[in-house]
Amino acid sequence: MKQLMRSALFVFTSLIEPLIMATIAFYTAKAGGKPEALFYMAIGAGVMGIWSSTLFGSGGVISWQRWEGTLELLVASPPPLLVIVVPLTIATATIGIYSLSATLLWGWLLFDIPFHLAHPLLFVIALPAGVISMGLLGLLIAATFVLYREANALSNMLEFPIALVTGLLFTTALLPDWTHPIGWVLAPTWAVNAIRESALGGSPGMAIVLCLVLGAAYVVLASWFLRVLEVKAREKATLSLA
Amino acid sequence: MRSWLRVFFVGGLIAYRGLFNWLRPAHYFPTMLAHPMFQILFFAYLGRSVNAQSDAFYVVGNAVQVSAMAGVYGMAITIGGERWTQTLGPLMATPASRLAIFLGRALPNLVQGLIVSTFGFCVGRLLLDFHPAPGSLPALALILLTTVASCTAFGMVIGAFGLRLRDSFLVANPAYFLMLLFCGVNVPLAVLPTWMSTISSYLPLTHGIAAAREVAAGASLGSVSGLVGTEALIGLCYAVAAYLFLRFFEEESRRRATLDRM
Repeated sequence: MKQLMRSALFVFTSLIEPLIMATIAFYTAKAGGKPEALFYMAIGAGVMGIWSSTLFGSGGVISWQRWEGTLELLVASPPPLLVIVVPLTIATATIGIYSLSATLLWGWLLFDIPFHLAHPLLFVIALPAGVISMGLLGLLIAATFVLYREANALSNMLEFPIALVTGLLFTTALLPDWTHPIGWVLAPTWAVNAIRESALGGSPGMAIVLCLVLGAAYVVLASWFLRVLEVKAREKATLSLA
Repeated sequence: MRSWLRVFFVGGLIAYRGLFNWLRPAHYFPTMLAHPMFQILFFAYLGRSVNAQSDAFYVVGNAVQVSAMAGVYGMAITIGGERWTQTLGPLMATPASRLAIFLGRALPNLVQGLIVSTFGFCVGRLLLDFHPAPGSLPALALILLTTVASCTAFGMVIGAFGLRLRDSFLVANPAYFLMLLFCGVNVPLAVLPTWMSTISSYLPLTHGIAAAREVAAGASLGSVSGLVGTEALIGLCYAVAAYLFLRFFEEESRRRATLDRM
């Protein structure tokens, strides 16, 4: 995490990019004459920031180790690779909490977006549940990148499509029906629902539970992927190919 | 002159092939096609969600702006990539014309930007409610060429910072995202505060996008010639600025011995 924070690019992705995206969303809502959508979008832009930093971290975790020549050493070391990767993806997701806070503060200061939590206690539960579930989705993504040499290109590409199908900034009801099941298995869908419903009012309980269930499923899947793909990478001798 | 042209065409092409990972299909498709496609879809649906603008507004804005994937990121890699591969020092030690070296490296990025933008328009035509009249396509193509050239010139300025900074993406990334906000890509300039729309008028893309929107809506090329001329002039100014920055930073880097600093 300390190494990541030395990367100006990561700092930009986590700290500045969410503010730019939030500003675009705010002006879009204003252009549409929908000021009531501002708080809705502020939360969505903040969660998108969490997602961006998770994606950046999880996409990079394998690639950076590969470029530095340390991936083989990590794979060969006694602790399971899962134990090495989990903290990093969770940590990058945690940085995203800043994105959410900064986005809400940005909206409050510059766009007069009122900050009022309908269920403060549930918000305090929904936020870490959402962050952890997105971090664990990052773990699953990172696990598949062990075999994929173009991991960075894929992680750069995933920012918008996942924001699109999970309804981070707008309701998924606008999207074609066939996209909905894709959103259901992605943590950001339930993370943003949980955070939004606890902030705007609603019943975030089910969304919080689904965040935790999906998080657990991602760990199981990532553990399996890492085992299988690590063996494949060793067999093909592609572990260090950058 | 022959040597100048050789450095411009052959040197530019070889450097492009050598420096760009994204020429591999596994890198090219996610970076240069999928990312722009999802960007266009994302902002079009964002606009739909609040009834802000028509799909055509977002398709034109984003399809033109995604040329910055090549124009801005590409030019950043052009200098930054030489640094990473430790060839910047030898390159700067050659007596070849700097104008030929850097314009030659900009040309493939310009072509790539045109390909990405054209793909963006096709995505809009096939997946969204964007149906420009066939008769408007030649004018749209000319505006696109001017705007992408202007964006590539701006990218050359960003690339020039690669001679000074360790990581040129430090400038390229904010530039790409700020273009989404400032250049009227997703937000009409009339909605932005005055200070932001004033900055917009000095940036590439802004006038080109405005012209492209009008032409796609049925206006003639003649009626937007002022916008296209302004876009070309802005591009020319950035190209001159890029050359001056490149020479200045080259001198600075030699003086400080920082050309190969990683």
